[in-house]
Amino acid sequence: MEAVRDNESLYNHCKMTENRMDSSTDTVVQIRGLVFDRGRRRIFDGVDMNIRRGSITAIMGPSGTGKTTLLKLIGGQLRPKEGEILVDGEPVHRLSRRRLYLLRRRMGMLFQTGALLTDLNVFENVAFPLREHTDLPNSIIRTLVLMKLEAVGLRGARALMPAELSGGMARRVALARAIALDPMMIMYDEPFTGQDPISMGVLVKLIKTLNHALGLTSIVVSHDVQETASISDYIYVISEGKVVGEGTPQQLQHTDSPWVRQFMDGLPDGPVPFHYPAPDYHKDLLQC
Amino acid sequence: MLDSLQRLGEFSLDVFAKLGRANLFFLQALAGAPEMILRPGLLIRQLYMVGVLSILLISLSGFFVGMVLGLQGYNVLSDFGAEESLGVMIAASLVRELGPVVTALLFSGRAGSALTAEIGLMKATEQLSGMEMMAVDPMRRIVAPRLYAGILAMPLLSAMFTYIGIQGGYLVGVPLLGVDEGSFWSQMQSSIDFHEDIVNGIIKSIVFGIIVTWIAVFEGYDCIPTSEGVSRATTHSVVYSAFAVLGSDFILTALMFGE
Ligand SMILES: Nc1ncnc2c1ncn2[C@@H]1O[C@H](COP(=O)(O)OP(=O)(O)O)[C@@H](O)[C@H]1O
Ligand SMILES: [Mg+2]
Repeated sequence: MEAVRDNESLYNHCKMTENRMDSSTDTVVQIRGLVFDRGRRRIFDGVDMNIRRGSITAIMGPSGTGKTTLLKLIGGQLRPKEGEILVDGEPVHRLSRRRLYLLRRRMGMLFQTGALLTDLNVFENVAFPLREHTDLPNSIIRTLVLMKLEAVGLRGARALMPAELSGGMARRVALARAIALDPMMIMYDEPFTGQDPISMGVLVKLIKTLNHALGLTSIVVSHDVQETASISDYIYVISEGKVVGEGTPQQLQHTDSPWVRQFMDGLPDGPVPFHYPAPDYHKDLLQC
Repeated sequence: MLDSLQRLGEFSLDVFAKLGRANLFFLQALAGAPEMILRPGLLIRQLYMVGVLSILLISLSGFFVGMVLGLQGYNVLSDFGAEESLGVMIAASLVRELGPVVTALLFSGRAGSALTAEIGLMKATEQLSGMEMMAVDPMRRIVAPRLYAGILAMPLLSAMFTYIGIQGGYLVGVPLLGVDEGSFWSQMQSSIDFHEDIVNGIIKSIVFGIIVTWIAVFEGYDCIPTSEGVSRATTHSVVYSAFAVLGSDFILTALMFGE
């Protein structure tokens, strides 16, 4: 079998699979009244979200607000305390194990660290989901893996081990792996964190082009405001368990919520104070 | 006072919750058996990792333990003029006790700690979550092969330890200290009972294999997913295994030889 190299055929190949899975609704993920606790701490307190098919949706918020937790809830790794999460019309938290695993084959998730399997090389990492879920002959797996690696620009790195990759390359390999089964959507957990400007640019471009070329739906969780806003169609800002702002990037630029302003503009002081609550400075120094 | 009572209560709740999780975990992992039959490669690779790679340690330790038994046994027995029973003494201690117990302790230090660290690290680097999101069950793909490999490897390693230990004891006792070779072997042969000694020793090694591997994989899977959590889990794995092996050894010995 001849390897399909150019983007055009990659596009067609994936478009076909996408059409087959297209369902009637144009909302891929629908979250209603989500409540979730971690121990005594309430992480989400009544969150509603709609993620449109084919869009890039950003979910932003400070560290520790529960962005990763939200992705795990969507992926069915955690169960909400109250509320509904529908993915492609199916309630993830109420599916049987088998149905959930079938649904997950249509979701890709890119973890913060890449989560590559450390004892397999780049090629085998991308081949992993194909080997686990299909009985395709080796020649076809090879073709598919090389196509996915070509799409992220790392066809030449197929023999490297994960430990030999830079952070940016590891994320691109993980991205190739996430699209190996031609999913309908991909969730990115902080894809830009800790990247140098060049790999940041590469990732920004990849997320955008893959979303359009493969007809994906993308959810990007991040606190890198500029990069994320530049590629997203819609943004949710969450804080303290609630959605505190939403809209297109343009709408959020002109929001009148001071909190969202501070977050989007990255100001050190504002509704979120620079100082952690403390007793009066002068009194504190003069004590003792 | 009330505070410490409350802490005690919380602590025992934690312990019981953990025991519950460990039991559930064990059953889930055992249920991964069909996958092992369909894909024997997974199991064979783990048998190599936990079994074959432990052989050198187990053989050397067995050899030294056997030699020490030879020396000490000769000292005690010669006071009563019973040197000829050296073979029985060495074989009985190894087959009944030292073989399974010392092997289990060494196995937990060598293979168990490695299993805990490996699985813990996979958890901390989100490889387990990543697998789940790729619709691959880490319980079947990662945990089950390691658990079964440990359970299969432990009795074999224990048999190896015992065999080499007896050879070590022979080396010290017969050529070095001059015990009569004929009585060394013939007394051993007539006094060691197949059912009473060997079968019970095998049962012990199987039980210890289950305990050590179960603790090792569970501690890894249940660890707090940070580097600190992984290192603590690795320590716990070895410590808990040692306690569990010695404790259950007492119970098993009481049941088997207690009359
Ligand atoms: N496994 C866990 N057990 C208990 N608390 C957790 C766990 N994982 C995360 N948390 C807590 O939940 C909160 C949200 O975490 P996370 O979703 O990782 O935030 P984000 O990704 O937005 O930085 C954090 O305060 C964190 O301490
Ligand atoms: Mg996070």
